[in-house]
Amino acid sequence: MNNNLYKYILGIADNSLILGQRLGELCGHGPSLETDIACTNISLDLFGQVRSYYQYASKVQGEGKSEDDIAMLRPEREYVNVLLVEQPNTDFAYIMTRQFLFDMYHYLFLQKLQFSNDETLTAIAKKSIKEVSYHLRFSSDWIKRLGDGTEESHNRTQNAINDLCAYTDELFHQTDADKVMITEGVGVETLALKENYYNKVSEVLKEATLAIPESKYFQKGGKLGMHTEHMGYLLTELQYMQRAYPNMTW
Amino acid sequence: MIEHADIDGELIPILDQVADPEIPVLTVLDMGVIRYAKITGVGEAIVKITPTYSGCPAMDVIADDITDAFTKAGFKVSIELLLAPAWSTDWITERGRSAMEAYGIAPPLEAEADIAALLGNQKIIKCTLCGSTNTKLVSQFGSTACKALFKCEDCQEPFDYFKCLK
Repeated sequence: MNNNLYKYILGIADNSLILGQRLGELCGHGPSLETDIACTNISLDLFGQVRSYYQYASKVQGEGKSEDDIAMLRPEREYVNVLLVEQPNTDFAYIMTRQFLFDMYHYLFLQKLQFSNDETLTAIAKKSIKEVSYHLRFSSDWIKRLGDGTEESHNRTQNAINDLCAYTDELFHQTDADKVMITEGVGVETLALKENYYNKVSEVLKEATLAIPESKYFQKGGKLGMHTEHMGYLLTELQYMQRAYPNMTW
Repeated sequence: MIEHADIDGELIPILDQVADPEIPVLTVLDMGVIRYAKITGVGEAIVKITPTYSGCPAMDVIADDITDAFTKAGFKVSIELLLAPAWSTDWITERGRSAMEAYGIAPPLEAEADIAALLGNQKIIKCTLCGSTNTKLVSQFGSTACKALFKCEDCQEPFDYFKCLK
């Protein structure tokens, strides 16, 4: 099997799986019925995209594993999502900030992935970007409403940005597999997205009367399987059914 | 009737019996999710379908319903899922758009108008009950990922708007 391609696909898909799980946790707990439905709809889009990626990964791996095996049966250290997406749901400002910081990256990334040499990745990217443009619009809109809202919503959103910006640099880190895939024209040269990413994030924050933190101290590790303490709890819930009733299907 | 797709005329009546599970007044042909349907031998056919949204839970049901309809018509059918080209709201037929509106779902506008409506900048979505455009966006995501929720400020009717996807 093409091990680099397999790893590369997981690197994209795990972000969406873990963020999708976080958003799914809001089902029935959103601050209003409309935001609750929106967050779970975004979760559903992400899970749909994840299915396409894992189906492809399973084909590349060629060991007869199903998409569910890949999603549910790996130990924590084998998940290669960025730390940003596994951060817990605290308040709504935090949830929307996490979403916005990821959506902006996701959108710019898919824009480029549409031109990959790999036909399957191109097809998934072309399909997903239509959905992700709605996600980005939704989260950008909320950042502006919260930032330019009341003193309370402004402060909470600014705090969330101050916390979560530390996880943004990792979006542009490249693993060894990433580097090989970029050289082969399959992967996206993420370094080339970085400046545009921060410019576009700043534009929205400015309109929202929010400031981008000065600190250049960044956290990393998720892409190498080293996660924050929140990840284990998330996986416990995600994998519960498969652990309790191995090989169950419905 | 069906553009952008390669479908054997003989199979159209069978496919036309398969309703969209989320919007039962539309058939799968109206939705434009059938990309290819061919008879491959005596009593054998291939159907290729494409999802509207990646996570659309209706796809599995649609595949099962197509299998049932073909089995009843005496065909053994194999179904494939196609991701490319990605589904577009342009593939919803005129008949589909009218049926959708009569059912209470405002059909998709063109891309630019769609953005203006979803950002709440312009009041252009027509109420499916009274026809007024004095309508207000309630939520960018409605009962399913493909719809947004609106409310008419004249007759007070809440209704779904099928979002433009291109």
